[in-house]
Amino acid sequence: MLAEKYAAQIEKILAKYPDKRSAVMPLLYISQEEYGHITDEGIVEVAAIIGEDPTAVKSVAGFYTMYSKQPKGTYWLQVCTDLPCALKGADQFYADLKDYLEITDDGGTSPDGLFTVEHVMCLAACDKAPMLQCNFHYVENLDMEKMKAHLAEWRAEAAGSKTPKKKA
Amino acid sequence: MTTNGLNIIYRERDVKNIHELKVYTKHGGYEGLKKALGMKPAEVIDVVKASNLRGRGGAGFPTGLKWSFIPQSEPVKYVVVNADESETGTFKDRQIMENNPHQLIEGALIAAWAIQATAVYIYLRGEFWDVAHALDKHIEEAEKAGFAGENIAGSGWSCKVYTHLGAGAYICGEETALLESLEGKLGQPRVRPPFPAQKGGGLYAEPTVVNNVETLANVPWIIVNGADEYKKIGTDKSSGTKVFCLSGHVNKPGNYELPFGITFRELIFEHGGGVTNGKKVKAILPSGGSGPIIEATDEVLDTPLSYEGLSKFGSILGSASVIIMDEDTDIAWVASRVTKFFKHESCGKCTPCREGTYWLDKVLDRVMAGEAEQRDVDLISNVAHNMQGTTLCAFGDFAANPAISTIKNFPDDFKKHLKA
Ligand SMILES: Cc1cc2nc3c(=O)[nH]c(=O)nc-3n(C[C@H](O)[C@H](O)[C@H](O)COP(=O)(O)O)c2cc1C
Ligand code: SF4
Ligand code: FES
Repeated sequence: MLAEKYAAQIEKILAKYPDKRSAVMPLLYISQEEYGHITDEGIVEVAAIIGEDPTAVKSVAGFYTMYSKQPKGTYWLQVCTDLPCALKGADQFYADLKDYLEITDDGGTSPDGLFTVEHVMCLAACDKAPMLQCNFHYVENLDMEKMKAHLAEWRAEAAGSKTPKKKA
Repeated sequence: MTTNGLNIIYRERDVKNIHELKVYTKHGGYEGLKKALGMKPAEVIDVVKASNLRGRGGAGFPTGLKWSFIPQSEPVKYVVVNADESETGTFKDRQIMENNPHQLIEGALIAAWAIQATAVYIYLRGEFWDVAHALDKHIEEAEKAGFAGENIAGSGWSCKVYTHLGAGAYICGEETALLESLEGKLGQPRVRPPFPAQKGGGLYAEPTVVNNVETLANVPWIIVNGADEYKKIGTDKSSGTKVFCLSGHVNKPGNYELPFGITFRELIFEHGGGVTNGKKVKAILPSGGSGPIIEATDEVLDTPLSYEGLSKFGSILGSASVIIMDEDTDIAWVASRVTKFFKHESCGKCTPCREGTYWLDKVLDRVMAGEAEQRDVDLISNVAHNMQGTTLCAFGDFAANPAISTIKNFPDDFKKHLKA
């Protein structure tokens, strides 16, 4: 149960706003962290905390792209292929990365279940292209060589007992 | 025209570690806030008005004037900082928040004092996850030192500062969509009036000032140095410095803080290290994906950059997200890429925008696949023109801009793709 497990964090969030409803977005992040993606269970719990109808919470979750409606790999890689990055080779980088990880479709996950790769719009790092976010953390000025090193690091991290970098 | 290295915003370039509170205060930090607290709120607004500071979020609206719209009789008022920074090609606010965060906090609190706000909310795009968490720590420190929160600088006035993370939606940069989102709803623009500054139109229906990060980061300097000093920087109608986010085909992409009035030529060649591979510059998007594209003629390259300077070329400076494209760039491809952004990001509330972006994208795909004829290109222009001025928010105009301006200014780039 989110309400118990994250009681202190939730209390702090609710204290920020005069209206509990404003807490829906931070609470959805907590539920995503807890359950790996947005689940019905998480939605019902968030709705109960803020005293709203679950359908309202569900529509908020549906509107915003950072709430993942499906399970993702341990590492969610969002590669920017918007215009400035594309002018600096981001399309090729994105294609190479998918190939390397044996992913065929945009938003697909590598066979080992570790990496989900998706292309996204401008991430406010256009001077550091090609770039991506891994679980919402910036990784910039990339090429495939550097990328392979990052992937090896993340693989090792996931293989060890060390919990991968958290989203929340 | 001197392009001196005056850093009002990016002070980390002059002072190492200015993100730390003790370094910031040692170098004049929070002096602007203290000074403002010794002035009447209306006097603070007058100084900002006189400084000619204009909004850096894109529209260039006079900041002091905006603050003066807030009805003082209302007991609850808010300052909301727009840190959504999602415009294609824009990456200036992130750097301010990462490297000089206290200056934003200070500027926001001066705004809050000026309108007698009860709280400040900083709305950051969701991808600024790490930025927001670092900012929370800086706010906490400022509170502990008495520069935010309770009884600020011993004045008896209190104002809390909070961060709020979005979750991936470009439209939340539009100020009324942002307010909806902050209230926990879908980020869709509101019908105006009432405007955010009015009762009924702002956050939780209370009068609210919404300002961009860069706008507010200018305010402490203005309060400390005065409006006249500020007006000495820049051009007649555009005062101060502006951060130019330079990206695309340049050797040294990055943020360049320069006085208004510098030219594209100076920006690209003196500061940006020239075009990659020694190529010529063909086209410029001066305001990210949302402003019209222009051909990089000598006249364009030598025009002083200001809010007023680009109108004669049918474009705007907007947020000054300057995307450079070299002579080999296919502008039809540019149109298609930028249009995909808008199709993806339309909030879907109004039909001309939702349907228009869908069709623009579809027909542009056809152009890129070599399956289109001239009448398809004409159709693109038609659809785009019909979107303009018919939508609830300016997104509809933004989304039409790339299609219209690329076809108008680079017709040959489209012809190359047409079926014989
Ligand atoms: C579709 C759309 C997106 C916008 N995105 C942003 C943004 O990311 N950041 C921003 O500061 N302003 C953005 N704006 C402008 C805001 O609506 C608003 O004018 C601005 O925050 C006001 O602050 P300023 O006066 O300090 O510029 C956007 C406007 C529109 C129509
Ligand atoms: S113009 Fe587009 S983005 Fe703006 S409200 Fe209408 S549908 Fe939404
Ligand atoms: S275009 Fe990729 S970060 Fe802006």
